[in-house]
Amino acid sequence: MTTEAATATRPAIDLARVRAWLPKYGVYVAIGVLVLYNVLFTPNFLTWSNLRIQLIQVAPIVIVALGMALVIGTEGIDLSVGSVMALAAALIPLYLGYGVVAAILVSLVAGVVVGLVNGTLVARVGLQPIVATLALFVGGRGLALVISDGQLKDVRNDDLIYLGSGDFLGIPMLVWIAALLVLVVAFVVRRTVFGRRLLAIGGNRPATELAGVPVKRVLITVYVLCSVLASIAGLLAVARIQSSDASAVGLLIELSAITAVVVGGTPLTGGKVRVLGTVAGALLMQLVVATMIKHNLQPSTTEMVQAVIILIAVYVARERKSR
Amino acid sequence: MSTGIVSDPEVPAAVVAADERRAERTDRMVGLVQRQGALAVLIVVVLVATASFPNFRSFDNAGTILIAAAPPALIALGMTFVIITGGIDLSVGSLYVLGGVVSAYASQWGLIPAFLVPLAVCGVIGVLNGLLIAYTRMAPFIVTLAALLGARGLMRALSDEGSTTYLVRSDTFRSFGTGSFLGIGYPVWLVAAVFVLGMVLLSRTRFGHAVYAVGGSEDAASLMGIAVRRTKVWVYVMSGLLAGLAGAINAAKLGSGVTVLGTGMELDAIAAVVIGGTLLTGGAGTIAGTIAGVLLLGVIQNMINQVGNVPSSYQQVISGAFLAVVVVAQTYLVRLRRVT
Amino acid sequence: MALLEVVDVSKVFPGVRALDDVSFTLQPGEVHALVGENGAGKSTLIKVLTGVYQPDGGQLRYRDEPARFDSPMDAQRAGISTIYQEVNLIPLMSVAHNLFLGREPRTAYGLLDEKRMFREAHEILLRYGVTTDVRRQLGTLALGAQQMVALARAVMIDAKVVIMDEPTSSLEPREVETLFGVIRDLHSQGIGIIYVSHRLDELYQICDAVTILRDGKVVHTGKLADLERLRLVSLMLGRDMSAVRHEGFTGFGGDHGGAEDAAPVLKVTDLNSRRKLHDISFAVRPGEVVGLGGLLGAGRSETIKAIGGAYPVDGGEIAVDGKALNRPTTVQAVKAGIAVQPEDRKAEGIVAGLSVRENIALAILPRMSKLGLVSDRKIDEVVRTYMTRLRIKASSPDQRVGDLSGGNQQKVLLARLLATQPKVLLLDEPTRGIDVGAKAEVQGLIDELAAEGLGVVLVSSDAEELVEGSDRVVVLRDGAVVGELRGDAVTTEALLETIAAAAVEAKEVGNDD
Repeated sequence: MTTEAATATRPAIDLARVRAWLPKYGVYVAIGVLVLYNVLFTPNFLTWSNLRIQLIQVAPIVIVALGMALVIGTEGIDLSVGSVMALAAALIPLYLGYGVVAAILVSLVAGVVVGLVNGTLVARVGLQPIVATLALFVGGRGLALVISDGQLKDVRNDDLIYLGSGDFLGIPMLVWIAALLVLVVAFVVRRTVFGRRLLAIGGNRPATELAGVPVKRVLITVYVLCSVLASIAGLLAVARIQSSDASAVGLLIELSAITAVVVGGTPLTGGKVRVLGTVAGALLMQLVVATMIKHNLQPSTTEMVQAVIILIAVYVARERKSR
Repeated sequence: MSTGIVSDPEVPAAVVAADERRAERTDRMVGLVQRQGALAVLIVVVLVATASFPNFRSFDNAGTILIAAAPPALIALGMTFVIITGGIDLSVGSLYVLGGVVSAYASQWGLIPAFLVPLAVCGVIGVLNGLLIAYTRMAPFIVTLAALLGARGLMRALSDEGSTTYLVRSDTFRSFGTGSFLGIGYPVWLVAAVFVLGMVLLSRTRFGHAVYAVGGSEDAASLMGIAVRRTKVWVYVMSGLLAGLAGAINAAKLGSGVTVLGTGMELDAIAAVVIGGTLLTGGAGTIAGTIAGVLLLGVIQNMINQVGNVPSSYQQVISGAFLAVVVVAQTYLVRLRRVT
Repeated sequence: MALLEVVDVSKVFPGVRALDDVSFTLQPGEVHALVGENGAGKSTLIKVLTGVYQPDGGQLRYRDEPARFDSPMDAQRAGISTIYQEVNLIPLMSVAHNLFLGREPRTAYGLLDEKRMFREAHEILLRYGVTTDVRRQLGTLALGAQQMVALARAVMIDAKVVIMDEPTSSLEPREVETLFGVIRDLHSQGIGIIYVSHRLDELYQICDAVTILRDGKVVHTGKLADLERLRLVSLMLGRDMSAVRHEGFTGFGGDHGGAEDAAPVLKVTDLNSRRKLHDISFAVRPGEVVGLGGLLGAGRSETIKAIGGAYPVDGGEIAVDGKALNRPTTVQAVKAGIAVQPEDRKAEGIVAGLSVRENIALAILPRMSKLGLVSDRKIDEVVRTYMTRLRIKASSPDQRVGDLSGGNQQKVLLARLLATQPKVLLLDEPTRGIDVGAKAEVQGLIDELAAEGLGVVLVSSDAEELVEGSDRVVVLRDGAVVGELRGDAVTTEALLETIAAAAVEAKEVGNDD
């Protein structure tokens, strides 16, 4: 009779286990399925040139999503990342005259400034993150357009072009940079005091404050990191397309980044950051789009499918922390 | 170190009464700034513009400002309801474009379908937004971001990936967009009528007060017997409908369903609503404020156009700056009110 | 005819029998006091009555019919209104709108008749002593006035039963009088009132009957007038008072004998904070446990948080080991050696989603790291030490704290505090909501820590725990120190007397300064 009882309760237990398991590993399974499908049914999928293109396309999203994952880990959100990319892109041609290093530094400084503003509004003024980052979401791109006079500018600088389209050991520089940043962020989250504090803040901010953690400083740093990562993505975008177009760079990237983070299993309620999951989330979305394009589906269809995937991912992850 | 003397916590009644009066005064002042701040700034900006630009004062120019402000005003109206419930609708920009394309396409069947079809399409997406937000408790921004993407996809699918531009086939519809009555364009009259309805709905009906209650405190509202979910669904439906209507009006104005506009419309709408004194955290706001906010942004855009050599992207910078200042100021004002 | 009856109701939560065959009857027009210690089952019973919980056994009878409430809304519709300690209204809406929300008067066109609404609201609220402009935002009113609005609303919706959960905790004395006037009025209308409060004076002033709960069981029910105060208290505490005085029933040992002449490790001088705290001064010597006594809302938690930097301070001095801190932030307080265990463990204590290890290490990360890099080896060492010492029962240091029992969560929190090697430990209700075994362990631990030379400040609503655990008790009322018990005077009776006397005294001394 004990066996009977066990069989009777098994479905319920399994359901609970699936619920806990799905947000964590669902993304890897989905990637596996899609890869398998493509290997079997998509011609020329497993070619080096195809993989190369996919990786180059996904690299900037991964970089922005890393920062977004950190912010989401603190139960925040940063809508201004696209505007930061545009700002960084607009600044590059202006300072290229002083050398590549100067131009890159200036665009990174722009990221730091935006991050400081966002972080201060969130941590010190006490605004909701979505509200705090809205102002720069709206104004940031405008500023970028003003800086660049609304013009598309060609960028001809060999060092920059190497960053954008060069190879190192047969692998694109873009991919190296993205991979390096993934490692750095994963290391920061797992091994540093800052990373642990960040997770605690996302889990329970008042408790973390009472524990004597400098919560405001940590929060500001998180937003600065997110913006700096976005500005790196912005300057790499310029390097890749060899021109700076402030009206197009990073448009809707906040959506892709949030999608990658959420699909990767990081809950929007904070307290957890899945760095590898985030990378997988970005890869999955890239694969979905690529698969559909290869099978001659229109971009319009891919957009609608993406919308559905986002909703499913958020829905699945939704009740992990009931408030 | 025993403390024998009791420091008395009780304050004489006269002091309490004086405190109470001061609290009431502060409350009224702060409330006034919150409600009328945008209007005051609007008046100042109009005065400055009138003084500096000779062309600004003309009746024609006023008409231009109004007609340009008509579609964004409708979107901002829907956004006001959504934001007062404590939500946000990022899909309206996409719905606006979708509405325009659908309206232009439907105009081949006449004036009425040119209005009804976009309303139906955008209304359905609004229903989906509302249901997902109210019943699954997913965050409004993520649901409506997905809807932004989905609506854009739908629009592109309908317009051969954005390559086909449908022309408005109905002459009556076209003349609705371009004609005028008493020197003011028909769209402006329509928008004005919708605003009056919106004002009555928000301030003089039980539904309107349910909207405030949901945004003020969801838990308390539901304990007080307010149908929280139903209220939420309705505000997103309204937001969708108004975005569709705005798209239809724009199609009538331009004579075609343009597929490339509309990015950032949701941001302008949010900016206008917030500048108009509506709290982004929900629970407070007025439609009069939203009108002031929309006109303020419209006038600034108009001034930028008049200066000529200034890029129009300054508009975004100014909205962003306004937004930041207003949001920060609001936080302090709300706190000031609480503390007293 | 009984208005509301609870018959043999039980409610079981994992590991706890929150209500055990509880029966209780409310007559029309009766003001019925519901009393008991924290965790005795009062709030569970209220939640069963208002449809938040469904009973696992027994039944509810309402106006002589079996009843079942699926939600608070359901109970409200049937005529059972509740006024919570936390006002459940909408702060940003006007007073009148709050009063009428969902039931606004309408004109012939279906639009709101605001004029009538404001007029009626004004008239109704006058009866509750609220004279303010009804167009004002509710949130800008004093808490007492807000509570009156909530009460007015509850009564307005044809309530037959009104449940009041600590209604006077945020009221001024004047407002309490108004409230009692309203209660007498309801009483004469035949409305039944369930009155939950810790303030004994109030109970005897306003209630007809009383039901005392302890550990989920009814230990006494009957006319309040027939019950002596001391008897009431001993029934609540559930022990024979004379026995308690001699033996002690807590895990506390006895005096810690903090040296009388030693320099204080914590010295608080004239601490002020808005209207909540007034010139609070006291000192704690090493090895001494100082209790903070008083009723709910006396300012005990605020005092503790203010010392820990988590509550805004207007003036006063806090000195640790003779070093003064000027309005410390939480960061500075922790650095100075102050460790605060907050009252609300879930909201401000543990980080439920993180592991035992991360929770314990949270406050000492800088010490566990080099150049910002965390050494897990060092952390494991500390975590192991404290898990053993506090006997934390977890499957491993990696277990989520949210999955532990209340007692173990509390121990994890204490481990985090101790890991900072504090000089002063501020404990706010350290044994609330944890089982008996863990309770004794935590109490024993407090003794041990004091013996090691730590200065401890203890807040507890359990008079017993406070008296037995503390060497001295500083009694607070309305945010001010009203007395101090020391030596042999540290007894439950003395404590209750001081609190009760203070209530009278405060009114008399009123015009002194």
